[in-house]
Amino acid sequence: MEELFEKKYQYGFTSDIESDSFLPGLNEDVIRAISARKNEPKFLLEWRLKAYRHWLTMKEPNWGKLNISPIDYNAISYYSAPKSQKDRPKSLDEVDPELLKTYERLGIPLHEQKMLAGVAMDAVFDSVSVATTFKEKLMDAGVIFLPFSEAVEKYPELVEQYLGTVIPYKDNFFAALNSAVFSDGSFVYVPKGVRCPMELSTYFRINALNTGQFERTLIIADEGSHVSYLEGCSAPMRDENQLHAAVVELVAHKDSEIKYSTVQNWYPGDENGVGGIYNFVTKRGICKGDRAKISWTQVETGSAITWKYPSVILKGDDSVGEFYSVAVVNNRQQADTGTKMIHLGKRTSSTIVSKGISTGHGQNTYRGLVRVSPLAEDARNHTECDSLLLTPHCGAHTFPYIESKHPTAQIEHEATTSNISEEELFYCRQRGLTEEQAINLIVNGFCKTVFKELPMEFAVEAQKLMEISLEGSVG
Amino acid sequence: MFSVSNLHASVDDKKILKGIEIDVKPGEVHAIMGPNGSGKSTLANLVAGKDGYTLDEGSIIFNGQDISGLEPEERACLGIFLAFQYPVAISGVNNMVFLQAALNSVRQARGELPLDAMDAIAFIKDRMKLVEMKSDLLQRSLNAGFSGGEKKRNEILQMLVLEPKLAILDETDSGLDIDALKTVSDGVNHMRSPDRSFIIVTHYQRLLDHIKPDFVHVLKDGKIIKSGNYELALKLEKEGYGWLDQ
Repeated sequence: MEELFEKKYQYGFTSDIESDSFLPGLNEDVIRAISARKNEPKFLLEWRLKAYRHWLTMKEPNWGKLNISPIDYNAISYYSAPKSQKDRPKSLDEVDPELLKTYERLGIPLHEQKMLAGVAMDAVFDSVSVATTFKEKLMDAGVIFLPFSEAVEKYPELVEQYLGTVIPYKDNFFAALNSAVFSDGSFVYVPKGVRCPMELSTYFRINALNTGQFERTLIIADEGSHVSYLEGCSAPMRDENQLHAAVVELVAHKDSEIKYSTVQNWYPGDENGVGGIYNFVTKRGICKGDRAKISWTQVETGSAITWKYPSVILKGDDSVGEFYSVAVVNNRQQADTGTKMIHLGKRTSSTIVSKGISTGHGQNTYRGLVRVSPLAEDARNHTECDSLLLTPHCGAHTFPYIESKHPTAQIEHEATTSNISEEELFYCRQRGLTEEQAINLIVNGFCKTVFKELPMEFAVEAQKLMEISLEGSVG
Repeated sequence: MFSVSNLHASVDDKKILKGIEIDVKPGEVHAIMGPNGSGKSTLANLVAGKDGYTLDEGSIIFNGQDISGLEPEERACLGIFLAFQYPVAISGVNNMVFLQAALNSVRQARGELPLDAMDAIAFIKDRMKLVEMKSDLLQRSLNAGFSGGEKKRNEILQMLVLEPKLAILDETDSGLDIDALKTVSDGVNHMRSPDRSFIIVTHYQRLLDHIKPDFVHVLKDGKIIKSGNYELALKLEKEGYGWLDQ
């Protein structure tokens, strides 16, 4: 049986070289082929293969409070070059009108709508020149901001030095899979003492839009540097890929700061839970040096299933880790998300603010670990974990894990669960607001402490996005 | 401009209002008094359209239109305002943001352009002076941690900002000290105009010392058992409700 598969596969593989995608299936040849396509150095191929071999020995995790239908890893195509211009919709007329309606409501300019919907565009395109200007500005500052594959070609030594140092390929099932087959992603290096002159966003990197389902991002902030990175786009992205298994590694050296913001709005499936993205992401940062700071902010409104725990290893003394999260589930969406704060250094501190909003039949789980090692003298953590339930059939679940191995640790955990009362709604409606406006106002108030951590434009879009996500959720 | 006739209503299948007639003309102030449990608050909530308050018989006419089938926000946008006896606190919702959203909803319904944040804040701050409210209350969460007096002032502020055609004040005097009572009354008096009407629901006559009503109705067991002018309120204050039963 296996032999037959291999054969079939090889046939598929050779015939496929002509076109842009590999046929579905995964084996060492596929990995070699991915690596060859990208002209990767030997160390990277070896690393991919080690990851793959290890992955074969692993089992999918099942400890999450998630209901996941089985994934056939041999039914996935592991390499797909960006769609060629001729395969794309010719104009916005060919794009799903529902999607356009949402873009409209988010106030996204027409040329950006085209870009997001994947409409074929002329070579001369506003954002291209915009992107070039930004690239020059970054280069002047010495900041490296490149697609991952380009970074591998241009700065292999940097990639080799840091890749997998925060999230080893053995870390977990999906991280191992990603390490074996990752397609592309972003690479950022901010040199010593440099404050990155602008917010870095994949948005300005048009070629990053089609990087596919196994994205890999690596951000390194050298001593005393500062960088803010925005991931994703607040506009809904319809993607045919079901499984997204990305990996993000952050390395913060002494006195540096990395701020990483995500607005995730992948396709959540329909109201009966058919379709939608499995968003299984491993994100972790290390505060390597003293006084380093890593801050994660995420707004998760999309995906059928979200499984992610952006974490911080607080290795340097006096280092700081933060996690601010809003997760919304509607219809049949499921989210199991939270963070891990691993306190290793002295006087390290961490803050966790998690806001979960559940509506429809959505299930929202906060899962967080605060670990204080035996060496982490005077470590502090403050956790706030609030759940808002909007319908009778949705759920909110909280699993905080606290492991303290040092007597001086100060760990606080606050949690609330609430709903929107009839009295609150009536009060708002008596003042002229519709039920939907009232809910949006209250939900936005609930999320305020997280939204204010987002860069301004992102916060505004996140707010609008929430309104769209909650649409029709009550009443 | 506002009238109810033969109004029967129930809450949880319990009959509360049993045939009420009120006719409010533009510019008039009507006071509704009565002992606890007589149905005063039911009347206020019914007119505002609260869920759970069922109209069994009769009609509620506002500016020639039967509003009994309208949603609460539609009634609000027509110009009906209810100052709550117990204003709810909503944590996280900024008071100023709330006021601006409400104002723009109502403005839109009146065919006016929405005010941007700068114009709205100027307008609202101007109105705040009338109720002597501390401006830091604008930046707090809606009614959260407000004292009883601050909540009631906030209700009156909302009324001053939304400029309704009919304002119903449900026991606005409860829990107010003398000074706050005067401030709140000043706010209401400032709003009195020939095209705006008020229904003031209260237990006590003392609010009516500050806001002189044109008519006083006594509600008991779901019926208006006596109507009169300001003199009636004075008599009730002196003699209570007992004499009305004889």
